[in-house]
Amino acid sequence: MAAATGPTRWHKNLSAKVAAIPMITTALVVFIGGTAWTVLYSFTSSKLLPKEKFVGFAQYERLWNSSKWLISIENLAIYGAFSLVFSLLIGFVLAALLDQKIRFEDTFRTILLYPFALSFIVTGLAWQWILNPDFGVQQVVRNLGWDSFSFDPLYDPEIVIYGILIAGLWQGTGLIMCLMLAGLRGIDEDIWKAAKIDGIPMWKTYVFIVIPMMRGIFITAIVLIASGIIKVYDLVVAQTGGGPGIASEVPAKYVYDAMFLSQNLGQGFAASTMMLLSVIIIVVPWAYLEFGGKRRG
Amino acid sequence: MKALRVIFAASTALCAATAAHATDLEVTHWWTSGGEAAAVAEFAKAFDATGNKWVDGAIAGSGGTARPIMISRITGGDPMGATQFNHGRQAEELVEAGLMRDLSDIASEGNWAEIVRPSSLLDSCTLDGKIYCVPVNIHSQQWLWLNNSVFENAGLAVPTNWDEYVAAAPKLEEAGIVPLAMGQQPWQTTLAFQVLLVALAGPEAYTAVFGGKDADLAGGPEMAKVFAAADKARDMAKNSNVQNWNDATNMVITGKAAGQIMGDWAQGEFAVAEQVAGKDYTCLPGLGVNEVIMTGGDAFYFPKVDDADVTAAQGELAKVMISPETQVAFNLKKGSLPVRGDVDLNAANDCMRKGLDILAGGNIIQAPDQLLSADSLTQVNDLFVEFFNNPGMSAEDAQKQFASIISSAD
Amino acid sequence: MGNVTRTAAEIQLASARPEMTGPRGRKPRKALSRRNIMIYGTLIIVSLYYLLPLYVMIVTSLKGMPEIRLGNIFSPPVEITFQPWVKAWAEACTGLNCDGLSRGFFNSVRILIPSVLLSIAIASVNGYALANWRFKGSETFFTILIVGAFIPYQVMIYPIVIMLREIGLYGSLTGLVIVHTIFGMPILTLLFRNYFASVPQELFKAARVDGAGFWGIYFRIMVPMSLPIFVVAMILQVTGIWNDFLFGVIYTKPDLYPMTVQLNNIVNSTQGVKEYNVNMAATILTGLVPLTIYFISGKLFVRGIAAGAVKG
Repeated sequence: MAAATGPTRWHKNLSAKVAAIPMITTALVVFIGGTAWTVLYSFTSSKLLPKEKFVGFAQYERLWNSSKWLISIENLAIYGAFSLVFSLLIGFVLAALLDQKIRFEDTFRTILLYPFALSFIVTGLAWQWILNPDFGVQQVVRNLGWDSFSFDPLYDPEIVIYGILIAGLWQGTGLIMCLMLAGLRGIDEDIWKAAKIDGIPMWKTYVFIVIPMMRGIFITAIVLIASGIIKVYDLVVAQTGGGPGIASEVPAKYVYDAMFLSQNLGQGFAASTMMLLSVIIIVVPWAYLEFGGKRRG
Repeated sequence: MKALRVIFAASTALCAATAAHATDLEVTHWWTSGGEAAAVAEFAKAFDATGNKWVDGAIAGSGGTARPIMISRITGGDPMGATQFNHGRQAEELVEAGLMRDLSDIASEGNWAEIVRPSSLLDSCTLDGKIYCVPVNIHSQQWLWLNNSVFENAGLAVPTNWDEYVAAAPKLEEAGIVPLAMGQQPWQTTLAFQVLLVALAGPEAYTAVFGGKDADLAGGPEMAKVFAAADKARDMAKNSNVQNWNDATNMVITGKAAGQIMGDWAQGEFAVAEQVAGKDYTCLPGLGVNEVIMTGGDAFYFPKVDDADVTAAQGELAKVMISPETQVAFNLKKGSLPVRGDVDLNAANDCMRKGLDILAGGNIIQAPDQLLSADSLTQVNDLFVEFFNNPGMSAEDAQKQFASIISSAD
Repeated sequence: MGNVTRTAAEIQLASARPEMTGPRGRKPRKALSRRNIMIYGTLIIVSLYYLLPLYVMIVTSLKGMPEIRLGNIFSPPVEITFQPWVKAWAEACTGLNCDGLSRGFFNSVRILIPSVLLSIAIASVNGYALANWRFKGSETFFTILIVGAFIPYQVMIYPIVIMLREIGLYGSLTGLVIVHTIFGMPILTLLFRNYFASVPQELFKAARVDGAGFWGIYFRIMVPMSLPIFVVAMILQVTGIWNDFLFGVIYTKPDLYPMTVQLNNIVNSTQGVKEYNVNMAATILTGLVPLTIYFISGKLFVRGIAAGAVKG
């Protein structure tokens, strides 16, 4: 990607620096400050209120001995992998379809995007019902004569996380579609004309020309999806509350439950520190590659 | 200094009562559904009658939602005037940190020690001999709700205790009925398990295990009975495919299921469906085995504030909440039991009466959150939930883990 | 990386031909071509899947509770009732106040407008600086910001309470607007930075030659060229802020509580009787504001080049 760099002499760049003050403040004070605070208190035995009673790594030992935490991580991995791949794929394909100069684009786009607008507390309930074996889809299909049909993803501990994925994709792909659409609209008409003159098939134009040009959009989309995955909470609470049993627990819920339900702030902070650590392990090398070699004077 | 403030507060309270000096008092609570809101309105009405003004800060969703809000507000230096909280050990830290107001003077003036029944309710509000909260009601979890017609249609007598119920299960299943309805959310499994524990092992064993942290007892034969019964319940509920507690209650109401173990709030659903206690449905406190109930319930705490007017209004509210008239009006709407024995509840229905009788007989136990720290309780609950949802986990294994958690609990 | 290079003349050309500016220009089409059947067929099937839960919700919201108890979630209401909608909007009680969602509506608007405007303004300028006016250390701050996007909000509640208390904004609308701006910043900055970086260099250089500065280029070139991404940013922020419940309730007081607090109180009561029809109606009603914005703002989903009145 063209790293468009303006003049680098400091006085010419003064406006940029001034304009970036809110960002710098946020990064340093809120994110670094808040994170440091969290990490510090993860070494304490804070329960209801943050307190400086240090206990070393006790919270971390407990964390890694908790089967709930281990299941949470496993679920996050499964959910994350599928959610990332399918959101990108579905989002891009839908955007490409909407970009074909179709009629009713506004209507289709709004339909695909509406799940994003509704509070998941209740749409989760609708999914709970639809996926319920006694009065949801399974029952409807059985009433049509297919008696052995079985579809009860939220009620089977083995596959419950996939049931959550169904609703998760339903809720999240619309936004990714919009983002992709914005990206497609940013691509020059001439590219398409040139490709057409050269007789390149449409799908090839997409895969080899358009998608590489949309690298920035894809990165944005990946970060958007990934941060959503790490923070996934509502989706689980609204549909299963973590059940059956603890089969659909996720890390963000572990953190939240530890902090506010079992009143063990220290444990919640330890869990969130682990989450943050894994994010840093992935993001920082990426940032280095992204920015490191590309600086132009 | 404190004494001075108390005197000052008391004198302004006096002024408030006479001069109708209106102070706005923000009250946070999580009672938002229709019946709950009507109950809160009784508090507000009574409080407004003292010349102050109740500013309502209703936030649905107990623990998880309300707690961070409360703590943020209090630590942010901008506390509400009063707030609902589960009494028990959960608020201890706030009290220890000196953020909560001491109500001892109001309590002794109102003679709370005499009137609050059972006395354990007041004990849970007490720390180092000082009283920090006002208990307002008693909710109990130890109920088995049965649909009478389901049993009659299957040619069975309506069970009067857990064992008869278990014995009826095979016949119910033959008739295509789910014997035990159970929502799959973790807290419901936990609730059912705790109820089984109290009802089948008896109140002494319960107190010894949760209160005394008696690990030997937790691993012993008495508890083995409980785990065997939980195993049975797990089997009886295997065809129950709902998530929410009220969906499970609805299975009982519509006759898809025969019974459900749930707290007394389930009555609200029966009432809305126009079912009559004793006629359409039966309630068995303590599963009909050990007729005991837990004295869990709600209480109000009053954060410390600098404003003398607010402090005075807080005192007014505390008095109002526990006054006999408000207790009756509030608890009838709420469907819970009053915290004082000297009031008359003529309008109570069949199930509420059973509860009142048990209270009068003193067959009460403390709720687990009064005995165990929230943290230890979570570990116990996680185990119960896992056991219920993992048919591969044997009753013996679960019991072993249970004993080990109890041995290290605080 | 395949970089788009083109001359300013070409760009001028493109913008001078509005008829070419829609999506791919094609030959006059046959209404039932195989291509059209495929596109519309796919979109309609996908739409049906997307609409299924909405259908269930609307049908449920029009039924009375006795009918809902029967458990036929897909069947249309036997007796249509609009009472749940009326109740959700104007009558549902939460605590003392029995005026439904309408109570918090104005507060939500008061929170929404400044939060959306401020967060987008700040993030777009950040993105612009990061893409076009890099300075020493700018990438480091940006990386921190990206990592920040992954922090679960709940963890930050208490530190932010402390910060707001220290600057004296705790409990005020301004404080809440700042919180929304902070949590929107990582993703939005990324969004704008990556989009601005794909804007052709030539335009930027041409403007520099003409003597335009930091702000001149931002307002005269970047903003008009990037309308679709502003739409995406607006969709993100409007939805997020409108539906926010946690921050609204933690960082303000009851007289500033947004509508979602009432929504939560209506749908989320733990032990009370659950009125599914009112819950569904309340959810749809709450969602109407973002939905309207999605629909209307779609008009801005145009090709960036065409929309920009870029004349150097």
